[in-house]
Amino acid sequence: MVIGAWVAAALVAGCGTTPSSGGTPSTPAAEKSLILATTTSTQDSGLLDELLPAFTRDSGWQVKTLAVGSGQAIELGRRGEADVLLVHSPAAEEEFVAEGGAGSRRLVMHNDFVLLGPPDDPAGIRGRKSPEAMKRIADARAVFVSRGDESGTHAKEKTLWTKAAVTPGGSWYQSTGQGMGETLRVTSEKAGYTLSDRATYLTQRDTLELKVLSEGDPGLLNVYHVIEMTKKAGDRVRPDGAKAFADWIVAPAAQQLIGAFGTAKFGQPLFTPDAGADEAKLGQ
Amino acid sequence: MDVLLDGLADAIALLLSGDQDSWSIIALTLRVSLTATAIALLIGLPLGAALALARFPGRRVALAAANTGMGMPPVVIGLFVTVLLWRSGPLGGLELLYTPAAMVLAQAAIASPIVVALVAAALQQVDPDFRVQMQALGATPVRAFAALLGEARLPLLAAAMAAFGAVVSEVGAAQMVGGNLAGQTRVLTTAAVLATSRGQFSLAIAFGLILLLIAFGVNLSLTLVQQRRAVLR
Repeated sequence: MVIGAWVAAALVAGCGTTPSSGGTPSTPAAEKSLILATTTSTQDSGLLDELLPAFTRDSGWQVKTLAVGSGQAIELGRRGEADVLLVHSPAAEEEFVAEGGAGSRRLVMHNDFVLLGPPDDPAGIRGRKSPEAMKRIADARAVFVSRGDESGTHAKEKTLWTKAAVTPGGSWYQSTGQGMGETLRVTSEKAGYTLSDRATYLTQRDTLELKVLSEGDPGLLNVYHVIEMTKKAGDRVRPDGAKAFADWIVAPAAQQLIGAFGTAKFGQPLFTPDAGADEAKLGQ
Repeated sequence: MDVLLDGLADAIALLLSGDQDSWSIIALTLRVSLTATAIALLIGLPLGAALALARFPGRRVALAAANTGMGMPPVVIGLFVTVLLWRSGPLGGLELLYTPAAMVLAQAAIASPIVVALVAAALQQVDPDFRVQMQALGATPVRAFAALLGEARLPLLAAAMAAFGAVVSEVGAAQMVGGNLAGQTRVLTTAAVLATSRGQFSLAIAFGLILLLIAFGVNLSLTLVQQRRAVLR
């Protein structure tokens, strides 16, 4: 099979670079192409569909987006497989930047996490602050569906359990290992509780039997940073592309797009632009 | 039920509207799957024939390996190809990852063992006297082999259909090595997965129905070829 793979590689090596005849938009300048590893929330909410064409128009860079969990995105950065990251897992990000392979890390935007559950709320968490709500879910042994995929949302969930002094486990605690959209659906079908970013929830709430039961406390902030990778992470990293993207997304034009995104469809913006703001004062 | 009906309506609307995005997804799906199937046939026909006809040490082990390869989870092949094509991997310099070429590569690797195993099985079923006969009639080895392929064409076309069916409906490897990039590597299966995770169920079902339609179309053409020749004999 390895031989087969080699033969196939030789046969198709040219096929990726020739302009496609199949009606797919061709990539005119393959050398000006960068890889963005980001979270499922930015893709599933539709934000990237809005931002990336504008970035390509402004800068000439083509972007290949890999929508994965924040943990996987950081791992791709660490291996030099991605040029720039847009992620929301601050503790893991700081650790990652401290390793030295990454370049600058800048604040881009935030939205917030919400605790969702069935409308009849058997664990009685409605209106409670997040740590107490988590404690009540655990005490009631109500079904809690975790992403379990080392994403930013999963990291936030683990922080909340720690704050609530609960070690989740047992049959009530279920882990999907999947993205937010799938996890929301599993939660809805099982009439359980879960933690979600607000953007993904809003884009899908019509198809879900889930209500926002706990929201608004500072522990539920969901902060996104852009991290540029450097050659230290790998020879083929494109720091110029990374810088172009990072500079662009914190500039006023992109920040305005971010702030406006979602208003028309959901009656409220899905993200709050934060470039240049003081992170310690977010959400106050 | 509503979702299913909406999906059907969406599928028809997508096909009729000439929506650029869906057509590019359909075109790419066909391009990748047909290319991968063609490569798998190029690799699989000679290898399968060799396994069926030649006698060499380790032949049974090789046959068992091909049969195992038929059941190899695509996601494992996807992972294998991804690691090969990573920037830091041995073939990183080709910059193939997240391109249609990478998808063709992974899918050819998925389909090749299927073709090898089915071709080997098909050729072994041809009457062993057939070759002796051909030789007695003074046919060159190439002519004899061509005649043999002709003799086994029904199961050979079945091998092509099985290979195409395996790659066109595959999602794990396509997602991994292609990255599901809009306008570049998004095929019907990965588009359906994305639509599902966005909660756009009827769109996902529409993609699924279009996929079925394509698979049916390709298999119908192959079956017509297969059966027409079968009748003509």
